[in-house]
Amino acid sequence: MLQFLIRRTFGAFLILVLISAITYFMFFAIPQDPALLACGKNCTPDALAVVHKNLGLDQPVPVQYWHYVVGIVMGRDIQGGHCAAPCLGVSFANGRNVWSTILDRFPLTLSLMVGGAIVFLIVGLGAGMLAAYKKGSLTDKIFSGGSLVLSSLQIYFLGPLVVLALVISTGWLEMPSYTPISENPVAWFSGLVIPWAVMATIFTAQYTRMSRSSMIEQLQEEHVRAARAKGMSAPYVFFRYAWRGSLIPIVTILGIDIGALLGGGIVTEITFNLAGIGRLARDSVIQKDLPMTLGVMLFSSAFILLCNIVVDACYAFIDPRVRLS
Amino acid sequence: MTTLTKPEDAPAPTASESFLSVRDLNVRFSTEGGIVKAVNGLSFDLERGKTLGIVGESGSGKSVTNLSILGLHAPETTTVEGEIWVDGQDVTDLSRKQLEGLRGNKISMIFQDALTALSPYYTVGRQIGEPFRKHTGASKSEARARAIEMLGKVGIPDPKNRVDDYPHQFSGGMRQRAMIAMALVCNPSLLIADEPTTALDVTVQAQILDLLKDLQQEFGSAIILITHDLGVVANTADDILVMYAGRAVERGTTREVLKSPQHPYTWGLLSSMPGLSGDVDEPLRPIPGTPPSLLNPPSGCPFHPRCEFVDLVGGSACSTERPALPAGRGSACHLTAEQKRQVFIEKIQPRLG
Repeated sequence: MLQFLIRRTFGAFLILVLISAITYFMFFAIPQDPALLACGKNCTPDALAVVHKNLGLDQPVPVQYWHYVVGIVMGRDIQGGHCAAPCLGVSFANGRNVWSTILDRFPLTLSLMVGGAIVFLIVGLGAGMLAAYKKGSLTDKIFSGGSLVLSSLQIYFLGPLVVLALVISTGWLEMPSYTPISENPVAWFSGLVIPWAVMATIFTAQYTRMSRSSMIEQLQEEHVRAARAKGMSAPYVFFRYAWRGSLIPIVTILGIDIGALLGGGIVTEITFNLAGIGRLARDSVIQKDLPMTLGVMLFSSAFILLCNIVVDACYAFIDPRVRLS
Repeated sequence: MTTLTKPEDAPAPTASESFLSVRDLNVRFSTEGGIVKAVNGLSFDLERGKTLGIVGESGSGKSVTNLSILGLHAPETTTVEGEIWVDGQDVTDLSRKQLEGLRGNKISMIFQDALTALSPYYTVGRQIGEPFRKHTGASKSEARARAIEMLGKVGIPDPKNRVDDYPHQFSGGMRQRAMIAMALVCNPSLLIADEPTTALDVTVQAQILDLLKDLQQEFGSAIILITHDLGVVANTADDILVMYAGRAVERGTTREVLKSPQHPYTWGLLSSMPGLSGDVDEPLRPIPGTPPSLLNPPSGCPFHPRCEFVDLVGGSACSTERPALPAGRGSACHLTAEQKRQVFIEKIQPRLG
C-alpha cells in the first residue's frame, strides 16, 4: 500500500509538471501581449518595455518557465518583493500573490463541495438503492423518472429560479453569500443553503441513476443469490453483499466529481455570484492573467490527481482482489 | 407476490412418507414475450440418505425446480403452484422469515460456479461461518472454529490458515470444496447440488463427487443432483428423473434408466455421450433440433418435433395427445412397452458401444 502511494504520488507530480509546461507554452502561443494588461490604458512602447522587464517577459519562454518551477519549489524574488515557496507568481492584473489569493478563495469552494456532496451522496445513493430494491414499482418509476428530468436541468437555469422563488418573492431563505464558518456558522450555513441544494439536485440525479443501475446489476450476481440460499435475511444480503459491489462505479465517479468541484464549481459560483476558485479561474482566463490562470489550473489539477489516488486506494479497500496487484 | 394455489382435496403426506415430496409443481415466469412455462406438473419424492439425479438439457426446468424448493425465485415475475413438502412442511406456504430459517439450515444448495457464487468481498471463513451464526446463534469465534472444521472436512489442506483467505486465493477445486463446506455447515437434511462439477476438470470432478458421497453417509442428507452429464449421475445417484421442456419424461432407479431407458429423449441423451471404448471415428450423435421454446411449447408430446420414432406410434397421437408419466418406474411416451424395448435393443444399444 505504501509503495503504491509513493508510486502514485510521484506519477502525479510528473503529470503536474507536464500540465504546467503545456499551459505555460500554450499561453504564449496566444497572439496577444500579456504585458498590455499590466501596462494600463495609456501605454507607450517605452512603458511596455519596462513592464516586460518587470514581469520577466523579456526573457525566453523556457527560461521564464524554469524560473516559475524553481519558484514553486524554493520561492523567488519577483517584482521587487519576495514570494515564498510555493511561489505561483503574482498576478499580472493586480499584482497580488497568486498562492495567497487561491488560499483566500479556497474555503468557499471547499464549503460548497462538502455541503453539496453530503446532500447528493445521501439523497442520490439512498434513492437509487430504494429504487433498485423496489425495481419496477411505483417508487422506482418516480425516482427514475424524476432523476431523468432533474439530470437534464442546469444549475444556471434552476439556480436563478430558486433564488427568485425562495428569496426574492417569499423571503424564506437568504440570498446566497459566503461567511467563513469560523466567523459565524449560522450565517455560513444559511448563505450556502441554496447553492448546496441546487448543486445537489443536479448531481443527485446522476447518483440516483448510477446507484440504481449498479445495485440492480449486483442483485443479479450469483453470489447474492447464494447468500440468500444460505438463509441470510434480505436486508443483510442487500447491504452486505450487493451494496459493496455497487460502490465501485460510484466511487469512481465521486472521485472525479469531488476533484472537479474542489477545483472550483465554475457554474455554481458564477450563478450565485460567489467568489471561489472557479470564479477566479474564469476571471483570470478572461483577463489573460498568466500566473493566476496557471496557479488555479495547477491547484485544480492537483486535487483531481489526489482524488484519483484516493479512489484507487478505495478500490483496494472495497475489493480484496485489487489488493494483490 | 407469489401466487400460491393448492387443490383443497390433496392429501397431506404424513411424516412417515418421503422426506421431500414435490406434488404437481408448476412454475411460470411472466416475461415481455409472454408467460414462460418453466416447470409443468412435476412430481417426485426423495428419501433421506438417497440421491436423486435430475437430468436434462439447459432450459429443461431442472434449476428452476430447485430454486422454487428454496423459494429463491423472483416473486414479482414468478408464479409457483403445487406443493413442495419438506419433512412434513409445505414450503410454498411459508413466510419469507420461515423460509430464511430453512435455507442454509435444513435445505442448502451448492451452486455450479463457486467463483461467482462466493462473494469476492469476504473471506472464505466468514462466508462459511455466516449461515452457522445465523441458524445456530453461535458467536463469531465459534463460527470461525466451525468454518475451520468444515474446511478440514471437505479436504482443504491447512484449514487454519486458509480460513482467512479470499475466494480468489483458492483454486477452482478448492473453491468448490469451500462452497460445499458452506452448504454443509448446518448439517442440512436436504442438499441441492446444481451442476456441482460442471465447472471443474474431470479429475477434480471425481474428487468432489466422492466427497459428496462421503458427506452424505456421514450426515444422512438427501441430495438432489442436477446435471446434464449422465456420467455424473451414473456413479452418484440412486434414482434418476429425466426432464424435458419443464416436464418429467422418465423416471426410475439409476440402473433402470441407464440400462434399459424407455424414452426417446433419454436414448438421445445416452447416444450423444461419447463412449471411451468406442471407435474414435464414430461420429457423435446429437439429438436433432433444439430444445423447444417454453413460451409456446409444442402440442402433444413436447418431444415429438425432435423424435425419430413418431412414425412407430402412428396416427397423430404424438402431436395432439400428451403422454402421461406413470407413477414409479416409467416414461411419458406413446410407444408401447414392447416397442420401447425392441427399439432400444435393436437401434439404440448398438450406438452406445
